[in-house]
Amino acid sequence: MAETTTNGASPEVCLHAEKISKIYPGTKALDEVSFNVYKGKVNVLIGENGAGKSTLMKIIAGIEQESEGELFMGKEKVHFDDVTQARDHGIGIIHQELNLFPNLAVYQNIFMAKEHKKGAVGIDNEYHIRETKRIMEKLQHPINPYTIVGDLRVGQQQMIEIARNLIQDDLKILIMDEPTSSLSEQEVQVLFKIMRELTAEGISIVYISHRLEEIMQIGDYVTVLRDGKLVDSAAVKDIDISWIVQKMVGQGKSYPKRKENIDWSTRPTVLEVKDLSLPKKGGGWLLNKVSFQLKKGEILGIYGLMGAGRTEIFESIMGLRPEHTGQVLLNGELIKINSITEQIDRGFALIPEDRQREGLVQTMNIGKNLSLSSLKRYAKSIFLKESAEEKAIDDTIRDIHIKVSDKKLPILSLSGGNQQKVVIGKGIMTNPKILLLDEPSRGIDIGAKTDVFEIMNQFADSGLSLLVISSELEEIKSIADRIIVLSNGIKTAELSGDEITEDRLVMASYEGHNTVKKD
Amino acid sequence: MFKDKSSMMMTLLKGRTLIVLVLLLIFFSFANDNFLSTNTLLLLAKHVALYGILAIGMTYVIITGGIDLSVGAVVGLAGMIAGGMIQNGLTLEFAGVTLYFSVPLVVILTVFVGAFIGWLNGIIITKFGVAPFIATLGTMYIARGWAMLHSSGATYSSLAGNEALGNTGFGFFGSRIAEIPVGALILVVIAIVAHILLKKTVFGWHIFAIGGNEKAARLSGVKVDKVKILVYIFSAVCAAIVGLITASQLEAAHPATGETWEMNAIAAAVLGGTSMAGGIGTIGGTIVGAFVIGVISDGMVMCGVSEFWQMIIKGLVIILAVIIDQFQRNMEAKMALQARNESKDAES
Repeated sequence: MAETTTNGASPEVCLHAEKISKIYPGTKALDEVSFNVYKGKVNVLIGENGAGKSTLMKIIAGIEQESEGELFMGKEKVHFDDVTQARDHGIGIIHQELNLFPNLAVYQNIFMAKEHKKGAVGIDNEYHIRETKRIMEKLQHPINPYTIVGDLRVGQQQMIEIARNLIQDDLKILIMDEPTSSLSEQEVQVLFKIMRELTAEGISIVYISHRLEEIMQIGDYVTVLRDGKLVDSAAVKDIDISWIVQKMVGQGKSYPKRKENIDWSTRPTVLEVKDLSLPKKGGGWLLNKVSFQLKKGEILGIYGLMGAGRTEIFESIMGLRPEHTGQVLLNGELIKINSITEQIDRGFALIPEDRQREGLVQTMNIGKNLSLSSLKRYAKSIFLKESAEEKAIDDTIRDIHIKVSDKKLPILSLSGGNQQKVVIGKGIMTNPKILLLDEPSRGIDIGAKTDVFEIMNQFADSGLSLLVISSELEEIKSIADRIIVLSNGIKTAELSGDEITEDRLVMASYEGHNTVKKD
Repeated sequence: MFKDKSSMMMTLLKGRTLIVLVLLLIFFSFANDNFLSTNTLLLLAKHVALYGILAIGMTYVIITGGIDLSVGAVVGLAGMIAGGMIQNGLTLEFAGVTLYFSVPLVVILTVFVGAFIGWLNGIIITKFGVAPFIATLGTMYIARGWAMLHSSGATYSSLAGNEALGNTGFGFFGSRIAEIPVGALILVVIAIVAHILLKKTVFGWHIFAIGGNEKAARLSGVKVDKVKILVYIFSAVCAAIVGLITASQLEAAHPATGETWEMNAIAAAVLGGTSMAGGIGTIGGTIVGAFVIGVISDGMVMCGVSEFWQMIIKGLVIILAVIIDQFQRNMEAKMALQARNESKDAES
């Protein structure tokens, strides 16, 4: 727990948290955590899900109040009863989920609840619009103030969220909770540039992220939390990624690696997709003649930037995109894709990207979420055979190591990683031949990620074929036998074995845009 | 018995409608000596049967995350269809004949008309993407208009049938078997069937899944459109049955019968803990909710409380019920979070 920063000229501390604890009934979310926010620096806070990062940030931003401990700004002891008080002290926060009004214009979003009055009841919209223009130009995103926010791309919306905090003249600390999770690589770089400009102006940034590479790139100081306790803190220049991983997980852990030296040419082809195309609304293609094969027992990775057409491949195969063209052959036989129910019966299972919105039914318990896709299997005429259903649920919970004390508990009582295992389990319970996983490791901590990858390896070894979409290079490199790269709806590369390098993957993920320009 | 205070609190919260029902029964039995007599209770059961059956169909619809405003109008329409067939028969102009059907056939045809309205609701909602509130508001007007057109607004008042035409016996649904109103018996049968259908079949669980998260249900292979259409048909069939019972009880069919009954049905479902957001609800809860409304109405009538005050009190009870409902959900969410944190502790 010792401070590893050993330097004489330590920078000015803008905010100091001294032994902060947060106690919820029955659990301690934070346990005597001390934390420094250095002035004009990017202060990174990192830890697995549930480590207490968000709780600490909420206390600093006035959303929640500390149970024990003290906050200092300079020499002054401070305490925030609510967000407004924290804001008066120059503290702003950008939440992981965007808190915008998609139905309102950009300037209305930026000045929401901070309106400038004109007269007794009037609103000074001229001022709002002038200021919006000024701030958006400063952020290098000169978006028209009158644009409706719902029409903007997610990356642009993120900028609006930042702009909302910048209209405060005396902003001292900006807290950013996983701001890059929905951004493209380019947008991330723009965001980093803005962050550097902000820190150059003396604004301190507290930055929460799961992406370790980013921390090395943008961070100045890093603080690691685990299970509500402070593990260590250090200057980024003194450490490397493996240091962070080790501190986060507690012991050395790495992603399981796929077996090599398999002669795939001898394996039967389970799925063949030929010239899959999907028209884009208003012209162009979401998918442009994409072809690939999937062998029995193989894990085929699909890499690409956001919007490259990866999810659309899954949607076409699952019958959610009836407008697609091209041929899909299952075990050498041409199939006509009609509906998702039919595709599930044929042996396809989809693990969707957005766990909360597309994967889980929050009002049902753990067991019912697991059996949802496969209920038909446990039915005799129209009646469910509960014994058969429960046995299948218990088997799945055991097979994929879902940590659960009672399958009748609400699904939301599980951690993110275990919720993801439930979504995977639901697919597995339909007894599929081909498993389609869309960003299976999104938003879960490293421990759970490793589990999920181990499960995937087991399934592949037992003869299942897997298609996996991932945006994370490290992940897809270790998990996939072969990787195809999509860019702008075009398949730009197919790599296997030693051909798989980060450089080639990244290069290929931009190639599709060039091709189109040449056309 | 209870692990801690909060789990005791939860048990009380979950049983709150039943507790309220018991308290109401106790209160009215003190307020009026005749209240707890067999006769009063049987009369109560007869009243409750009507919106109890409507509320069962409504519960299905609300669990899917929808609403069915057309049920009251279907009650009126069903009565008119049945009444018209018994009193005037079915005239086929092209053939120049008038057909009289036996009562069982009348019942089947009436239920079929109800099912058609339900099917229409389902198609408009699933295939044309109209919000359930609007779709069923539209069919509410259509069904009511159809009922009015049927007799140009007049009442069918001779539903006894004619021996010679072989269509007597419609009074059965308004009669009593061993002192118990037939309507109440039908309520019991429908409640049991609806409960089993909801809890023990694939169809039932698909209803819950759709209301909890329609997108996830669709991606899990649930045939969302088909299930929804069936649910609206079920609701409308319940309404048609209520229409038959009402006409039989009154021995007359009036086209305005059932106006605002959909509101009683929604109130009963909500009092019984059905979540308007979808995904949560039980048939047992709905029945208890229907009895709470029935006891308040009948009890206050017997105590001589004016109809106007009854309405105000009913309104207050419904709002209070939903406030407590919110409270319960917040508490459940908190407990789930706590369980999550505890399991986190156990893992580390």
